Amino acid sequence: MIRRIGLLLLAIALLLAAAVVWLNSRGEDPIPDGAAPSQGTPDQVARGRYLATAGNCMGCHTVPGGDAYAGGRAIDTPFGAVFSSNLTPDPDTGIGTWSADHLWRALHHGRSRDGRMLYPAFPYPNYTHVTREDSDAIYAYLRTLAPVRRANTAHTVGFPYNTRPALAVWRALFFSPGGSLADPSQSADWNRGAYLVQGLGHCNACHSARNLLGGTTGVLDLSGGLIPMQNWYAPSLGSPDEAGVGDWEVAEIVALLRDGVSPRATVIGPMAEVVQNSTQHLAAADLQAMATYLKALPQRSTRPPLPASAASAASAPAAMRLNTRGRELYELHCAQCHGVEGQGVPGAYPALAKNRAVTMEPPANLVRAVLLGGYAPATAGNPRPYGMPPFATVLDENDVAAVLTYVRTHFGNEGTAVTALEVHRYRTHD
Amino acid sequence: MSLRSLLTRAALGALLAAPALAAPPPFEDSIAQRVQACTGCHGDQGRAGPDGFYPRLAGKPAGYLHHQLLNFRDGRRHYPLMTHLVAPLTDAYLLEMATYFSQLDVPYPPPAGQPPADVVARGESLVYRGDPMRDVPACVSCHGERLTGVAPAIPGLLGLPRDYLNAQFGAWRTGKRKAHGPDCMLEVAKRLDLTDINAVSSWLASRPVPVPAKADTSLPRPLPMPCGGVPQEAAK
Repeated sequence: MIRRIGLLLLAIALLLAAAVVWLNSRGEDPIPDGAAPSQGTPDQVARGRYLATAGNCMGCHTVPGGDAYAGGRAIDTPFGAVFSSNLTPDPDTGIGTWSADHLWRALHHGRSRDGRMLYPAFPYPNYTHVTREDSDAIYAYLRTLAPVRRANTAHTVGFPYNTRPALAVWRALFFSPGGSLADPSQSADWNRGAYLVQGLGHCNACHSARNLLGGTTGVLDLSGGLIPMQNWYAPSLGSPDEAGVGDWEVAEIVALLRDGVSPRATVIGPMAEVVQNSTQHLAAADLQAMATYLKALPQRSTRPPLPASAASAASAPAAMRLNTRGRELYELHCAQCHGVEGQGVPGAYPALAKNRAVTMEPPANLVRAVLLGGYAPATAGNPRPYGMPPFATVLDENDVAAVLTYVRTHFGNEGTAVTALEVHRYRTHD
Repeated sequence: MSLRSLLTRAALGALLAAPALAAPPPFEDSIAQRVQACTGCHGDQGRAGPDGFYPRLAGKPAGYLHHQLLNFRDGRRHYPLMTHLVAPLTDAYLLEMATYFSQLDVPYPPPAGQPPADVVARGESLVYRGDPMRDVPACVSCHGERLTGVAPAIPGLLGLPRDYLNAQFGAWRTGKRKAHGPDCMLEVAKRLDLTDINAVSSWLASRPVPVPAKADTSLPRPLPMPCGGVPQEAAK
C-alpha cells in the first residue's frame, strides 16, 4: 500500500515537472544556427535609443555615477539582491556575442544567451509584449555603446529561490510569453498607450501588489502595491482615491509624466526617478497616448470605510493629546511652507488639504516624505524644483505619527490616524 | 475631578485657544526658498553651529560644494539623506545651489571648548607643518594659509564640528568617501594614524572662523600632490 502511494506521488510529481517544463518552453523557437552579432541601420539605432529610454533600461543597468548600461546595480528583493547585467557590447563581460535573436529571446522569453532562465527582477513579464521590430531596434542601439569591461556581479538570492527548478515553477505560475495586446475596438492612441504602459514602461512592476512568491496578477493590473524592500507605495492607477486619473485632463497627465509636476500632483520617490530617466524624454505623441490609456482605466474607489469607533476615538483623551502634539509640530515644522490651513503654495509646495496622497492607505509615502524630505525631479519643464527637508533627525516615531495623524484628520481631510508602529514599519531602509 | 486633570484640561484649553502663530515669512520665488530643504540640517543660511554634526555650507567655494553634491548623487559619498535629496536633481541646478551657498558671507559663532594642550600642539603642528617623515603635507599647503579654502574646489576647514571632521577621515579610510581620482585626501587619511586624525580634527574644530571667511583665490604654491577634484589650471 505504502509502495502504491509512493508510486502515485512519484507519478504526480513527474506530471507536474513535465507541466512546468512544457509551460517554460511553450511558444519558444530555437535560436537559429549561425545567429551572430550584427549592426543595425542608423534609423534602428535612433529608434532603439528612444525605446531603451521608454523602458528605462539604464535606470537599473547603471550604477549611480557608473558607466552607462554597464550594470551592477543591486535590485533588492525579499529573496535577495539581483544585480543588473552589463549590456554594453563587451565580448567577455557584456552582450558582445549576443545576436538580435538572443536579445529577442531575453525580452520575450526571459532567457540569457546560454538559455539560462533570468530572474524576473528583469521585467520580462512586461517586455514579452514588446514587438520583434522594437526588440531589434533596442539591440541595434545597444551594439553602438562603447564596450565596458565589467564582469557581472553574482546575485545573492537565497536558497531555494536561486535554483533552476524554483525559477521554472515561478515562470510556470506567473509568466506566459506574450503577443500583441492590441484592442481593435479602441483608438490608435489608446493602443499605443497600452503598448507602452504594459510593455516597455513596465508600470505594473511597481503599481501592482506582489504575492508571497513575488508574482503579479498580470500587466493589466495597476491596482497599486507596496514596492518590496523600498517601502514606497506605488498607488493604484485605477482608484480615484489613489492615483487614478480618470477625471484629469489629458494635458495634466502629460504634464506630470513630462515635468514631474502638474496642477493636480507632484511625483516623489521612485516615480521621480522614472520621470527623470524615462518619461520626461518621451515624445509628446507617446505621452499623449499613455495619458489616454491611463485616463481610460476603469476606476473603482478603494477608500476603506472609516472604523465605527473613529468618531468616539477622536474625542478620547489620548487622541486629544496626540492631536495637540500633532498641531504643535505642524505649526512648528510644516505650516511655513504647507500653510496654516494646509493650503500649500501653488507650483511650489503641495496643498495638504483635500489631497488624496495625504489620506491614502497605507501611509507609507507620507512617512517616507516626512523622514527623508525630497525634491521633485529637475526636468526641462521644471528645472528648479522646490524641496522639503528631511525630518528623520528631528522627529521621533511618535512625533511623526502625531503630525501625520493631525494632517490626515484636519483641513477637511478624513483619513485615519497613523501609529508609531506604522511609522517604524515604513521607515525601513530610510 | 482631580486637580491634576483640571490642570491638564486648562493647559489643553489654553493650547487649543491659542491664537494662530505669527504669519510665516512670505513665499518668494528665489534660490533661498528652494534650498530650504538644506537648511533644515545645515542651519539657517547654511551656517551649522559647532555643536552639531552637519558641516557649514556658507562661504565654501562653489566648485567644492558642487563636487560634493555630485559625489553624493553619483555614489562617491554616502549619506542616505543627502543622496535621496539630490538624486533627482541636475548638474546645473546643483551648481546653482552650490553657488548660492558659496556667496553667503555670514558670521559664525565662536567654537566651544579647547582640547588638551598636547592635542593642540600635535594638531597645530600637523596643520602648519605636516609630517615629512610620513609624507603628510601640511593642511595649509592646500587649504590656504588661513584654512578658509582655495577657490574654486578646495574647501575651508574651519567652522566644522570635530565629529564631522573625524567622520570624514574615517569615511576616506574605509572607502565610503571618494573624490575624482587621484583622490589626494584618501592618501592623506591613510598616512595619518587615529591619534593624529583626532589631533587635527580637535584643533581645527577649536579655531574661530576668520572674518571674512571667503576662500583664497589662488594657491601660494603648486599642490604637493595630485588631486582629481582640483582643475588643472587651479592646481598650480
